[in-house]
Amino acid sequence: MLPMVELAIFALGILLIDLMVPRQWKWMNAAGALLAVAVSALCIYQIQRLSPRGGIGFSNSLLVDRFAIYFWYLFLAAAAIAILMSVRYLEIENEHHGEYYTLILLAVIGMMCMAAGLDVVLIFIGLELMAISTYVLVGFLRRDRRSNEAALKYLLLGAFSSGIFAYGLSLLYGLTGTTNLVLMQRALVRIDTHNPVVVIALLATMVGLLFKIAAIPFHQWAPDAYEGAPTSITGFMSVAVKAAAWAMLLRILLWGLFPLRSIYTPIMVFVAVATMTGANLAALTQNNTKRLLAYSSIAHVGYMLLAFVAMGSSQVGSPGFMDGLKGILVYLLVYTFMNLGAFAVITSLRNRSVIGDELDDIAGLYQRQPVEAVLMLFFLLSLAGIPPMAGFLGKYYIFLSLVESQHYVLASLAVLYTLFGLYYYLKIANAMFMRQSIETERLPVSLAMRVALGITALATVVIGMYPEPVIQTVNWSLGR
Amino acid sequence: MQSHILSIILFTPLVGALILLFVPKESKNAIRWIANMFALGGFLISIPLVPMFWHLVKSQDTAQFKLIEGSSNNWIPSIGAGYYLGIDGISFLLIMLTTLLGWISILSSWTAIENRVKEYYIWFLVLQTSMLGVFMALDFFLFFVFWEAMLVPMYLLIGIWGGPRKLYAAIKFFLYTLLGSVLMLLGILFLYFHHHTVTGVYTFNIPALYQTAPQIPFQTALWLFLAFFIGFAIKVPMFPFHTWLPDAHVEAPTAGSVILAGVLLKMGTYGFVRFSLPFFPQVVTDSRVRGWMIGLSIVGIIYGALVSLMQKDMKKLVAYSSVSHLGFCTLGIFALNSTGVSGSVLQQINHGISTGALFLIVGILYERRHTREIAEYGGISNVMPVYATITMIMFLSSMGLPLLNGFVGEFTILQGAFTANWRWAAWAVPGVVLAAAYLLWLYQRVFFGTVTNPKNEKLHDLTPREVLTFAPLVIMAFWIGLYPKPFFQILEQPVNQLVYNIQENSKPKDAVNAQATTPAPEQVPAAPAKAPARGKTR
Repeated sequence: MLPMVELAIFALGILLIDLMVPRQWKWMNAAGALLAVAVSALCIYQIQRLSPRGGIGFSNSLLVDRFAIYFWYLFLAAAAIAILMSVRYLEIENEHHGEYYTLILLAVIGMMCMAAGLDVVLIFIGLELMAISTYVLVGFLRRDRRSNEAALKYLLLGAFSSGIFAYGLSLLYGLTGTTNLVLMQRALVRIDTHNPVVVIALLATMVGLLFKIAAIPFHQWAPDAYEGAPTSITGFMSVAVKAAAWAMLLRILLWGLFPLRSIYTPIMVFVAVATMTGANLAALTQNNTKRLLAYSSIAHVGYMLLAFVAMGSSQVGSPGFMDGLKGILVYLLVYTFMNLGAFAVITSLRNRSVIGDELDDIAGLYQRQPVEAVLMLFFLLSLAGIPPMAGFLGKYYIFLSLVESQHYVLASLAVLYTLFGLYYYLKIANAMFMRQSIETERLPVSLAMRVALGITALATVVIGMYPEPVIQTVNWSLGR
Repeated sequence: MQSHILSIILFTPLVGALILLFVPKESKNAIRWIANMFALGGFLISIPLVPMFWHLVKSQDTAQFKLIEGSSNNWIPSIGAGYYLGIDGISFLLIMLTTLLGWISILSSWTAIENRVKEYYIWFLVLQTSMLGVFMALDFFLFFVFWEAMLVPMYLLIGIWGGPRKLYAAIKFFLYTLLGSVLMLLGILFLYFHHHTVTGVYTFNIPALYQTAPQIPFQTALWLFLAFFIGFAIKVPMFPFHTWLPDAHVEAPTAGSVILAGVLLKMGTYGFVRFSLPFFPQVVTDSRVRGWMIGLSIVGIIYGALVSLMQKDMKKLVAYSSVSHLGFCTLGIFALNSTGVSGSVLQQINHGISTGALFLIVGILYERRHTREIAEYGGISNVMPVYATITMIMFLSSMGLPLLNGFVGEFTILQGAFTANWRWAAWAVPGVVLAAAYLLWLYQRVFFGTVTNPKNEKLHDLTPREVLTFAPLVIMAFWIGLYPKPFFQILEQPVNQLVYNIQENSKPKDAVNAQATTPAPEQVPAAPAKAPARGKTR
């Protein structure tokens, strides 16, 4: 049985249970959602064990290979941590509803379809399921104007981009006569790439993909949506939604549209450089930590796009190609933990009186909550790519793939932008360690939040110190 | 023979830091005692290394790296990185310097640090471990991890316990040094990939990379050299990459300055000796590149000295004097003969001792008066005679007076530079004169005459603890000044081998074979080996 089915059952179950449990027992919803994640993970483990070579199902539209399984685990981990972060936060916001967890689980189902889709129709359905769930989640703080504004913006732009994406896919269907990625690749090999329709189809598809990973120039939704959304959802979106979009991008561009790579790689160079430049420069001046991390997450997309460029311009199977692909997968994994960790710390700043997302709110955190402050420092250093934190491993692979594919200029540019990155992460660190706090009250950090912080911090440090298992896992996921 | 002494030395401070985590932060004295115990322990544990290493030097052990630990593939086998430690004469001396200065600077912070004591010592001990790791690592990945990890505690030390402009200085320090290291990372990755294309093996093993890196064609190697150069030049700091240094030094707490000047700056020069020279022999022997390096060194020597003359702040003066002194070190390195290189390494040790002491000296006055303005002082020798004496010794050591350590190092460097090209030595010599000028002038203004400022009349002389911090430094200054022979003997083998390799690998050959890169020391031309002992006889 597929893990999506369990998630769907639990998601609907939570809706029913939510009606029955009294107010003070709302944490049961979270427990149910965590149980769903656990059951689903167990199910993936069974699939992995029983059919190690994976399988194709639903009339060749779903491919459960190691690549998909890798991402499935990643989504579940991100979802679990996000759920742990949410319990206390929703109580404080007074929006503790079961729908929240249902929507997270539904979004995960959509993501799973995106990562495992072999047919663009299934991928698109997965994408929409995920996107619609997240539109609602972004606007979940009904009484907060920023949240509403963010949701509306995200919805309008997201729907628009989905339309363009669907348009591109329909053109591709017209050109190749199939929606199956494998067949599409075969058909595209024979097609004349100078045909303008091919280029338009490719461009429209890429716009959709780049919008979903929030690459510049299709990034405008991200800072607003990230700032307005409930902080736990911002964390979830910035890692899981992004990872799903990347899985989709890799599936479509490396499988279906692979014959067109001589066209899309130069475009990607431009997009990657623009993304790094724009996001890093924009992040420098932010004073809102959520917004700052939103721009930083766009910058991280820029680095990953560089790895994609390295892949696109080297032979399949060559070191540059393999390390680029590994780089993206490793990056998404370590990014999941470090970024969720950083958002967990920001979420824990939410107090009855303080929203907690301004730089001033985190000032002097060290005096109030030394443990949280040090963990935040770890996350920030990891985001900046300073060893021995996990973030360095992702950067390592990306720079290595650039060197291997002889993109020395791009590599130099990328390392220089890490300096910008360090500067704005240090802005947060400076505020935490070197300024006096305005608030002196200790923060009410719940048990669930402690668990979330513990997991993310442990992963960030341990992966950084001993990355071998992660590298092995990624190698495994790329194997047959 | 796997002895674990290097790992023990490496992790003793870290263990101390972990133990401190569990000490409640209110019990400040307990924290101080524990931190000092571990710092002293770290130093004492490194002492058995001396006879062990000395024995290896005497036994004509031909291996380049001694006391090897771990293997090149035991940490992250997938990418060929290992926990691989080993030392030669150069890193041995720097490790001893690090453990000594680490202990001294922790001892010196006893009364200087009053708030957030616990974190201070934790970060300091973490810093100590990462610095030691840089000198011990024989694996590039491991090296880079330590190299970067070191920045974080230093950033916090400056940023939390620093002076009024600490935020600016801390960020500037971090950004500057990171700029250098990320470019170096690209260089490392290139060497790593190049090794793979040549041999089919992915490894970060430094001795293995020694074999393949010199075969990189000149044009490519030039770019790589530049990538490494910027990393190391910022760290040294060479002119014009030095601008972070005065800020960082002035704002850092005293102990931070001691470590910064004593050890962190040495990583740049160590990087040149350990990486730039053996990896890119063709580039460093190229007359234009070498001319630039020597030119920047000489500019650094003169410029640093001239700027020192003009300073009104004592700490800034010492900071700029570091630029000048480190200029000598790079000059010696790029003289590319064994006299110059061994003089340079010895001068790095000397600089650690004397400049470390100078920062302690400034720190002692600052702790008592909370100002470093030279104009605030005068006639201090009347109220603090012991302090004045020690200061005199260290000033003389720093300016290179015979019988003290500075002379031996500078003399050997100048001799090496002279052998390579007499003009270089001629240009560098004014630096020595200027050093005497700024230091003696400073001494005159601060210590001589009558007490002009009434606030200075009640200053108390050094406490026993403070004397204890200076004692090892004074002893070392005299030892190196009077009998530097053992130091040169330790340096002889690695330096000769280095110079020999550069000469061998820089010759234009059709195919440089791997065998040419590890000669036995007997084959080395004997002439330069005896040269260094001369410092004493003059």
